[in-house]
Amino acid sequence: MKDISISINKVDNISKISGKEAYVGDIKLPDMYHAKTFRANIIKGTIKKITYPNLPKDYYIVDASDIPGKNFVKIIFDDMPVFVENKVSYYGEPICLVIGKDKTEILKIMDGISVTYEEDTPEFEYKDAVIHYDFNKGDPKYKESDDLKLIEGTYDMGYQEHVYIEPQGMIGYFENNKVSMLGAMQCPYYIKNAVLSILGIEPEEEEKNSKVKVKQAPVGGAFGGKEEFPSLLACQLAVAVNKLKIPISLIYERTEDMEFSTKRHPATIELKTLVTKEGDIKQVMAKVSIDGGAYKGLSGVVLQRAMLAASGAYAFDNMIVTGDVFRTNTVPTGAFRGFGAPQMIFSVEMFIQHIAKTLSINPLKLRKKYLVKQGDTTSTSGTFRDTVIMPDMIKKAMDISNYESKTTKYEKLINAGNSVKGYSKDDVYRGVGMSWFLHGCGFTGSGEQKHIKAVVRLAKDANNQVTILIASVDMGQGIKTTMRKLVAHELEIPFEQVTLDDPDTDYVPDSGPTVASRTMMIVGGLVLEATKKLKKQWKDNEEQLIETNYKQPDYVKWDDETLIGDAYPAYSWGVNIVEVEVSKVTYQVNLVGTWSVYDIGKAIDERIIMGQCDGGLLQGIGYGMLEVMNHKDGKIQQKSVTDYIIPTAKDSAKMETHLMNNPFALGPYGAKGAGELTLIGGAPAVALAIENAIGKNVYKIPVTPEYIMELMNNE
Amino acid sequence: MSRVEFILNEKKVEFEGDLNKRLLDVLRDDFGLFGSKEGCGEGECGACAILFNDEIVNSCLLPMANVVNQRVMTIEGFSTTKKYKAIEQSFMDHGAVQCGYCTPGMIIATESLLNKNAKPTEEEIKDGLAGNLCRCTGYNMIIDAIIAVSRREDDLW
Repeated sequence: MKDISISINKVDNISKISGKEAYVGDIKLPDMYHAKTFRANIIKGTIKKITYPNLPKDYYIVDASDIPGKNFVKIIFDDMPVFVENKVSYYGEPICLVIGKDKTEILKIMDGISVTYEEDTPEFEYKDAVIHYDFNKGDPKYKESDDLKLIEGTYDMGYQEHVYIEPQGMIGYFENNKVSMLGAMQCPYYIKNAVLSILGIEPEEEEKNSKVKVKQAPVGGAFGGKEEFPSLLACQLAVAVNKLKIPISLIYERTEDMEFSTKRHPATIELKTLVTKEGDIKQVMAKVSIDGGAYKGLSGVVLQRAMLAASGAYAFDNMIVTGDVFRTNTVPTGAFRGFGAPQMIFSVEMFIQHIAKTLSINPLKLRKKYLVKQGDTTSTSGTFRDTVIMPDMIKKAMDISNYESKTTKYEKLINAGNSVKGYSKDDVYRGVGMSWFLHGCGFTGSGEQKHIKAVVRLAKDANNQVTILIASVDMGQGIKTTMRKLVAHELEIPFEQVTLDDPDTDYVPDSGPTVASRTMMIVGGLVLEATKKLKKQWKDNEEQLIETNYKQPDYVKWDDETLIGDAYPAYSWGVNIVEVEVSKVTYQVNLVGTWSVYDIGKAIDERIIMGQCDGGLLQGIGYGMLEVMNHKDGKIQQKSVTDYIIPTAKDSAKMETHLMNNPFALGPYGAKGAGELTLIGGAPAVALAIENAIGKNVYKIPVTPEYIMELMNNE
Repeated sequence: MSRVEFILNEKKVEFEGDLNKRLLDVLRDDFGLFGSKEGCGEGECGACAILFNDEIVNSCLLPMANVVNQRVMTIEGFSTTKKYKAIEQSFMDHGAVQCGYCTPGMIIATESLLNKNAKPTEEEIKDGLAGNLCRCTGYNMIIDAIIAVSRREDDLW
């Protein structure tokens, strides 16, 4: 049989290239209305009075008073309202939808809405902790002494905005007696459950007589941004459709999307270690603070991901890890590729470098000494069971990039007085940085087993056409191709004999959300299991239906309360090396090249994975050196792609990537998670490269020219 | 309300309406051409790029008043050409497409670039794509696709 990794043409290539692919904004239902969100224009306070203007015929306003169920977006906690009832907690919180056919008329109506508020003092600092976790590893009893030096580092990160090129959008309509949603999403069943909840429909009732349907439209990029946020749009539309029984589209413009959709959590991570002069790390302490914005959303789970990554790609014997989600009166933060890990891996990678520098020992030696080996314990006292091939990967990455000779050369340059100011724009400092990282595949802890309980089906018809029935979404990562490839390969039938449509909750079982680098490893694993069953029971020209259910591997033991045990069934690994030039005149950073090696088990399609590697890394590098987003008094300051800079083709550089072949026993054909891993190492690699170039320690990202200037002026 | 003419995908067409309307909206609302996408609405992302008298222009910035009697080529029109087929094949071969939302704009940018410079260097390609944002690919595979198509033997450009 052919190696499954050999690339094939992606199934949606032609429709996408030719512009025929119909995203939610391209879908026009007959007689469709438009909706716009009317938002609070204070940061915190109470609505005292709200007056709506007289509405022309066929124009409507839908607000909290129209909600049949409880006024919350069902995520994890019942805390975020679908429409403000009276309490405003962040600037721009939605109050109502204005609905009609003509957009200009809608805007006129919005101008006519008058709201009287009583304002409160908002909180922007890390004061109001709403979720707290902590765990220890080993016996963290050490104290600072003559033999044990205390080294500290505090690392800061700002927001990162997804900037999927397709803004958020959803269409709600009423068909076959069902409130139906069609839109850009990663998680059809999150939306279905949220809509059921806002309409006050019990799941048992829905089982008997379905009243809600959710269908995914082609997704123009997501990166976590279309994980939980679309549930808010869907709930608002569901309330409107339930009341009015008309088709309504709610499509965000870029500014609205950037200002009011979720973003990556700003964070402050304080790391401390007790270490001997020789570089024996006795104990590591990590304190994580993340800004959850006005509502908890997924922040608790993001916090966990960050905390669990507290030892990065290293193993330390004794650790104290604590973390808090802080509530502030700002736009709620949420899921973003990496989900807490990018913040922590950046901090750990900088910190271990800074420890080595403080002790004047070779950073590479220190890092190698603590690099995870098979059998080591994780930060949560679980076990790294599978082979860890990081030493080979590191060697490979260093060889192809000339890392060692470059770092030494650039260090010498900066130490030899190369720090004098340049006079021409071609005068540059050069630097190279390397990051090591891992990412746990699938949901954290018992999430898959307890909460998701993925179900997958395969349906074969009388013509032997096999249809994959899963709730996973193709958002560009290519699962429409790879899932079909998996089944066709296993059954040894032509690719065309396998079908996979965009999920529709009327037809597909809940195989879980398209998140957490779980789609190929977990859902694909179940698809392959079902395929093997079908192969065994295959009856030509007969209808057959196969179902498989997720079962956690027996060896995975996890305690939700103490956060002790195996947080993930498997880990993917990566090494990024990034080279930069920093202008001596403007401190502008120019990317020279990147060299990466990944262990994702086995690629189901190599070219598709290479695309993930390039795109993830550039997003990570953007996070590390370019992408500035902040708020002023609770108002996001960068509301357009002019103000919020993401990497363009000119910012990119040649990326050389190698995939290791290290099949994971329980993954389909050996596949592990891939999507998030590729982002995580970008920021630390580029920050370390800049550090190498300018000879100053970097403590925050993005490393902007302004920050470099500040570092250079602090001699 | 005005009634004007322009050349859309090599055919003379009529538009009746407000001349302040953006070409992007006219293409999508009045002509049902959805290949030009709205990504930012301020001329930064390139998802709505079209050829305007053979030059790449973001249709979200173009009021209809400026389009009167001018030539507009959208992805729908361009996709019927031999050059398009060559670019399409190269984008497929090099994995240049992920979510696809920026792709029609990228194709237009490629055509515009190759029209001016049939054998661009990597740096020239990057310059040519600087007005088109892609958040999925990291650009490498798009650049590779353009290099490959520009190095074809048959000199399409």
